[in-house]
Amino acid sequence: MRFLDIQKMAVHALGKNKIQTALTMLGIVIGVSAVIAMVSLGEGAQKLVQDQVAGMGTNVLQIQGGGGWNAGGGARQGNDQQSLTEGDVESIRQEVPTVKLVTPIAQAQGQFVFGNQNWQSRVEGSNEHYLDIRGLKFDQGDFFTAQDVQTASRVVVLGKTVAENLFQGSDPIGQTIRIRNLPYRVIGVLTPKGQSANGQDQDDFAIMPYTTVQKKMTNSAIPRINRISVSAIGAQATGAAKDQITELLRERHSIRPGQPEDFRVNNLTEVAEAAEATTRVMTLLLGSIAAVSLLVGGIGIMNIMLVSVTERTREIGIRMAIGSRGSYIRMQFLAESVILCMLGGLIGVLLGIGLSVAIARVMGWPSFVSPQAASIAFLFSAATGVFFGYYPAHKAASLDPIEALRYE
Amino acid sequence: MPQRETESSASTSAPVIQLSGVHKIYRTGEIEVHALQGVSMNVRRGEFVAVMGPSGSGKSTMMNIIGCLDRLSSGTYILDGIDVSTMSRNELADTRNQKIGFVFQAFNLIPRTSALANVELPMVYAGVSPAERSERARAALEGVGLGAKEHSFPNQLSGGQQQRVALARAMASNPAIILADEPTGALDSKTAEEIMSMFQQLNRERGITIVLVTHEPDVALHAKRLVRFKDGLIQEDRSITPQDDILTLLHPLEVSHEIP
Repeated sequence: MRFLDIQKMAVHALGKNKIQTALTMLGIVIGVSAVIAMVSLGEGAQKLVQDQVAGMGTNVLQIQGGGGWNAGGGARQGNDQQSLTEGDVESIRQEVPTVKLVTPIAQAQGQFVFGNQNWQSRVEGSNEHYLDIRGLKFDQGDFFTAQDVQTASRVVVLGKTVAENLFQGSDPIGQTIRIRNLPYRVIGVLTPKGQSANGQDQDDFAIMPYTTVQKKMTNSAIPRINRISVSAIGAQATGAAKDQITELLRERHSIRPGQPEDFRVNNLTEVAEAAEATTRVMTLLLGSIAAVSLLVGGIGIMNIMLVSVTERTREIGIRMAIGSRGSYIRMQFLAESVILCMLGGLIGVLLGIGLSVAIARVMGWPSFVSPQAASIAFLFSAATGVFFGYYPAHKAASLDPIEALRYE
Repeated sequence: MPQRETESSASTSAPVIQLSGVHKIYRTGEIEVHALQGVSMNVRRGEFVAVMGPSGSGKSTMMNIIGCLDRLSSGTYILDGIDVSTMSRNELADTRNQKIGFVFQAFNLIPRTSALANVELPMVYAGVSPAERSERARAALEGVGLGAKEHSFPNQLSGGQQQRVALARAMASNPAIILADEPTGALDSKTAEEIMSMFQQLNRERGITIVLVTHEPDVALHAKRLVRFKDGLIQEDRSITPQDDILTLLHPLEVSHEIP
């Protein structure tokens, strides 16, 4: 018997009972599309975390100033309390060998004004290394220099959101804007980064020399440093850098062993890795739950195929009488269930891709359809067809032709 | 198989069916049923045999064995020169496919499948190419006068037409014998007569060997030889002559022993 004839026979048999075929297929369609949607969303979340890591800059450590940190990690007295100094910045730069670049960060809030346009935003004061540490780029203009930092120049680099809201499409470079009623010259605009995972606009801020922020925008007598951002010399060095900085600052801040620190060093790579591991587990979990529905679909196939064998007992008897070998009967029934599953799998793949794109769009996540997940789910559905189709097919093939012919 | 070719072409009068000392014992739990108790019988090429006998006489068992649907318990069965008594399930299936054409009482066409596809089916299992099998199937349908109905489904055809499709299916693969099991049992007498003359025509004009099981003497009258079974043995085996009529076929020749 020819292979193609078996396929044709199977397709013909499936076509005889369209509603039954469609309903049976539905189980597989739902299973496969659920697997693909879940895995794609999971991988999308993973990619999001990876993007965020890249967004935070490469090999970045953040040193948060403020009061003592309790065991839970929350600030006991808020992070407004002054504990980091310019001396800390300088000694980290000079004494920690695993550190590449250092910048103090001084933060402020303010009303940005240009002409009749208003925009409330925040200002990050830093030195000239800010972009390199954070891994940012600018679209237009320039960044400020070490000279600007030294002289506390009144220059500002705007995030895209701020630039758009103030300038409404006109060229901001060289224009003067007012923040807290003082004039600043716009020297550059950053390349937009879009929304972060929790929906925050990452382009809604401006950068200026930290000295300017300290002198012009904060009213306190002591020059204030909220954070210190550090980039390590490599990804492997972040752990060592964290330990060295902690040791150095404990010593500088005269904290005795056993006493809580008045700062905290966050290794962002570590955090990102933890988050990535979490999303990976989530993906696995969601995928396995979806796989259960594929299993249920497979059992549905087996059930229908068993019913079909019983219904068609007489037909099987006729086929055997006119010379079909048992193996041809087995192949025909197996082909029916495999075709059913592969067709269901194909529809499921398309539906799953559609679903994951739609859900990703609604949630504002990057949609990421994993070709591996799609092909694995498809192959798995075909395997489901073989696995759950084999027993009914074998049952059909083992029928006794005489009894099958007598079956009413 | 070259052996088969030489055997079948050696002589037109060589036996197509050779049964000797055939026993068939069914076991259902503790009970043993001795359905055939040593049957020997030859059927030559071109014969038209009617098999008669009451229910439980062993004639159905006999037909299943001749049709390679069932295996005998002891004895030998040589079909068209090949010993089929020890064949495996697959070999039996292939033999059914190539040597035997079945015609059943209930027509037994595959539902929701066109007449043409039904006639093609044995050739599908034989691995005949699509072009050749549809050509042969069309010719077979023409042969039974149903050329115009090739696309009809069984449920769109009358009983007589369905039986003719079944006959075309049996004929299309050029079998050594046609086995007909009560082929007119589900038909009215006029249609039955049509089908029977079609059998006669095939036998007369094309030399097809036919073995036919029936209860009805008027159907058996169309055959050339009568084999009567009783209690698992052949009770009577004789030619049907022009002198025979329904009454002479109704009972065995030794009427005196049978009727109280």
